[in-house]
Amino acid sequence: MSTVTIDPNTRRVPPLGGFNLTVLGLELKRMLRNRRTVIFTLVLPAALLLTFGGQDGWDDPAGSGNVAAYILISMAMYGAALTSAATGSAVAMERALGWSRQLRLTPLNPVVYIVMKTLVALVMGGIAILVVNLVGAFVGKADMPVDVWVASAVVALLCTLTFAALGVFVGYVVPGENAMQILGPGLALLSFLGGLFIPLDQYADWVREIAYWTPMYGVAEVARSPLTHELPWYAVINAVGWFALFVAGAAWRMSKDTARV
Amino acid sequence: MTSTSTLPDGSATRTAAVRLSGVTKSFAMGRESVEAVRGLDLEIQPGEIVAFLGPNGAGKTTTIDMILGLSRPTTGTAEVLGMAPRDAIARGLVSAVMQTGGLLKDLTVRETVEYTAALFADTRPVDEVLGDAGITEIADRKVAKCSGGEQQRLRFAMALLSDPALLLLDEPTTGMDVEGRRAFWSSIRRDAETGRTVLFATHYLEEADQYADRIVLISHGKVVADGTGAEIKSLASGRTLRFTVPTPDADAFARIPGVDGVEVRGETVILHTKDSDAVARHLLTSTDARDLEITAKGLEDAFIALTGDAR
Repeated sequence: MSTVTIDPNTRRVPPLGGFNLTVLGLELKRMLRNRRTVIFTLVLPAALLLTFGGQDGWDDPAGSGNVAAYILISMAMYGAALTSAATGSAVAMERALGWSRQLRLTPLNPVVYIVMKTLVALVMGGIAILVVNLVGAFVGKADMPVDVWVASAVVALLCTLTFAALGVFVGYVVPGENAMQILGPGLALLSFLGGLFIPLDQYADWVREIAYWTPMYGVAEVARSPLTHELPWYAVINAVGWFALFVAGAAWRMSKDTARV
Repeated sequence: MTSTSTLPDGSATRTAAVRLSGVTKSFAMGRESVEAVRGLDLEIQPGEIVAFLGPNGAGKTTTIDMILGLSRPTTGTAEVLGMAPRDAIARGLVSAVMQTGGLLKDLTVRETVEYTAALFADTRPVDEVLGDAGITEIADRKVAKCSGGEQQRLRFAMALLSDPALLLLDEPTTGMDVEGRRAFWSSIRRDAETGRTVLFATHYLEEADQYADRIVLISHGKVVADGTGAEIKSLASGRTLRFTVPTPDADAFARIPGVDGVEVRGETVILHTKDSDAVARHLLTSTDARDLEITAKGLEDAFIALTGDAR
């Protein structure tokens, strides 16, 4: 009988806390295989763009472009927010499945796990933005300088992190697959209130007063600022504030949960 | 009667696979604090197969969580292969197989193993591990479509990927048939011969008795017995005498020389004794006892005697 003892001293710790491209690739594959996510990411925002983007006055000037460009950025923002919220809510579902506990039995650092999930949310948000932009370019109504086109897409992408955090938070509060059933209509409502679907100046004064406080208003203004060259200070406060609040909420729920990993 | 037998005397030069010293763990439950583990000392040598036996709520899972570094002892220290549990995990030296869950349903079997493998610095080849676990044919099947047994084999494949020195199993054969259980244990035993230490939690007495080199019996967060199956049984040695008598007098029976315990249920009397011959002779010659039955105590009785709340 051979005694092959395992020598602990020969074992190595993986670099970067277990960060690797294989896992990133598999996580993306999972998202793209999920029919619901694909509908949210690729189909819905593009369909909304086609619906809203051709309304009367689409070629009226807006900032350094036209109204169609304004609507395009808004739809890209909406699609990306929805997508990253879906990615975020998956974190809580994995926890409910015991997958997070399984991962704790590997060298993967929990912070690296969140970093990888954030990257997946960014890539998925990026795909959503890209699809809306490609459809917009194909339709040919949106008009804005290329640098504005790129800048607004990048800013919208960064703004999606707010909704990735919101997704994690809601995923913890409402476990299982129900999270998206709340996030879907909820984000649509916030998008109406935040001026993504209908410009705020078409609302009654009291509705607009409320809208300024809602989470979609800030990021929408920020994402469109390369086009409009307008950015009220309270919109920036709104965007930063809600981001901080959702991250804090997600972190709070996650830390409460680690007690029984 | 709560006796803690001495720990096996491991030589000082070898690093223990698991060493727990003075470990306690309390949880806050509202305003009160519940002590799940109350001063646990345990040392397991490399290559041992140890059963962690105890009723539900005895502190088995809490202790395993501390060995895995999933939670920290409130006081005391937990060490795995001479290092902190998280360091051992980071080196792929410790693996565990959970009873349920722990799988992503939308990945295929192969993707799940690849995902896990990518997180370690070094692993065995994915194909080899799939082959050893007998899941090569279902490698491209979605986890959601796998049967319970197939999912369990997948969990084993994942646990053995990093060639761990210590393997923890939580109720490993729940849901397996007799044949599956036997095959499972013979492969675990082969593994142990290569120096792998196995610690498994169970509440099946027979399983602990048949497959473990050593049984650690825990109850109310403490080790109440530690030894081979035979040693544990001898802790509750003796026999039970059961008979009927018209008007039982418990005190009178307790005074019979050699009787350790008396239970009276209506006309039925149960006596516990280490000298069943002498007690039986006395019962049949000096009392009205009828229908006498004598039975040996098994591991079941030892288990109840050592962990029971009834006493």
